Amino acid sequence: MSGEQAEPLLELRGVTKHFGGLRAVASCDLVVQAGHAHGIIGPNGAGKTTLFNLITGIYQPDAGYIRLRGESLVGRRPNWIAARGVGRTFQNIRLCKELTVLDNVRLAYDSRLKTSPLAALFSTPALRRDELRSRDESLAILEAFGLGAEALTPAGALAYGRQRRLEIARAIALQPAVLLLDEPAAGLNSGEMAELLGFLRWVRERFNVTIVLIEHHMQLVMGLCDRISVFDFGEKIAEGTPAEIRADRRVIDAYLGEEVHP
Amino acid sequence: MDYALQQAINALQLGSIYALIALGYSLVYGVLGMINFAHGDVFMLGAFACFVLVMWIPLPLVVVLPAVMVITGLAGMLIERVAYRPLRRAPKVSAIITALGCGLVIANAVNSLSPYSQSMPRLLEDETHTLFGEVKVSSLQILITGVAVGLMVGLDFVVRKTRFGMAMRAIAQDRATVALMGVPVNRIIALTFGIGASLGGAAGVLYGLAYPVIAAPMGVLVGWKAFVAAVIGGIGNVRGAMLGGYLIGAVEVTTVAVLPSTYRDLIAYSLLLVILIFKPHGLLGRPVNQKV
Repeated sequence: MSGEQAEPLLELRGVTKHFGGLRAVASCDLVVQAGHAHGIIGPNGAGKTTLFNLITGIYQPDAGYIRLRGESLVGRRPNWIAARGVGRTFQNIRLCKELTVLDNVRLAYDSRLKTSPLAALFSTPALRRDELRSRDESLAILEAFGLGAEALTPAGALAYGRQRRLEIARAIALQPAVLLLDEPAAGLNSGEMAELLGFLRWVRERFNVTIVLIEHHMQLVMGLCDRISVFDFGEKIAEGTPAEIRADRRVIDAYLGEEVHP
Repeated sequence: MDYALQQAINALQLGSIYALIALGYSLVYGVLGMINFAHGDVFMLGAFACFVLVMWIPLPLVVVLPAVMVITGLAGMLIERVAYRPLRRAPKVSAIITALGCGLVIANAVNSLSPYSQSMPRLLEDETHTLFGEVKVSSLQILITGVAVGLMVGLDFVVRKTRFGMAMRAIAQDRATVALMGVPVNRIIALTFGIGASLGGAAGVLYGLAYPVIAAPMGVLVGWKAFVAAVIGGIGNVRGAMLGGYLIGAVEVTTVAVLPSTYRDLIAYSLLLVILIFKPHGLLGRPVNQKV
């Protein structure tokens, strides 16, 4: 699977993005193999989230290409890219707070259904079947994530840590090939932090999903990831296994004395 | 007592039409946070589409009504495509102007084709039934109220219970994030415009049946009243739009019953002011934290 010659699942080549005079991402190459967990680290403002926004179609790159299973994502709309198998979470949680926990997950699940939402106006049998399936499968996902009991609660009423969990469940409902996690540890209490590594390992195994992880907590990144890319000022300054990264002088410099060892 | 009941029946008919139009304003506001100022003219277009269809081929109402709804629905989607989508990232005031512009184009197009008012042919035999005492209800009133209520109940179901409605509600909360969950945002927004416009078109047909003299300026005259209804009810809220529609209908009928009819609009618009001063978000509206 992850041999040298395998076609990468996600491939970015020479991806560049400017905002006015600011160079947010500079000629970035990033290759993520199927089945891997790939960490992206770097100081704030290094262009990590911009990278996610480029992959998911919120921004268009000024140069370079982005491919998922060899298929270009450049110029595609965010909903097309999501339905193709790119799920993501956000640094600051972005759930539909007034919708129930279940509906948040169904929303993502529904993008995989074949029937048009317009059919809802005519309530066809195929549509009713789809709606039932969506409901059942979404509930099953919630159960798996330990959120089953809160299915009918408005998402905004969940505790912060549970909202983070729901955001990942929602992304999983897309049945993504690759899951982009943007600082999943941000704002968690120490108990939730301690569980997070095990939880993300479980997500990876249970749903057989490739992960790209942006995170500042080195322990989490080193513990989960097979490969790590280090960014600074929009450029990739290093890439390697966790052990290689730990020993890399430039990485230590970029973090300016920040603790890199677990 | 009989007189009051009779007026209530009249108010129900008028309110149903206002409510149906108000829904269109509210739906579009709900998903986009913008007022579709062309909506009143789409309502007028519905009345004229009905007139033209019936003059061309005398079809029964069961055919004409859905046909008009399809025509105005497509018109609504066209307005979204032309006047809203290209301006979604522009300053809101620009989108308001393009919508107003679309409305003016429709109104003037109809006005140049038909500079004078037209009288709507009768689409059904109107019989008057005496309920009790002096209280009478016409089959037309039953039909108008019934069709309007049916459409509203249907819409309420769609918004609350279906996948499409769920996507609509989600888009209202956070369009950008919802797109990242694979929801085809543009398609849902276009369909929302289409549904709102088709309800407006249906209201145009019903209005033409109830008040059979139709003219291009009715879009603005009736449309504004329905807009007021949507705001009073709490714009963005489907049930609020219905409530507001019936409230405006009741106020108008009551005013005309008690005062000279020239006071009608004065009272209706004053009511808007009073309600908004005390309930700035409308009767059923809630303050919403809008994320950009």
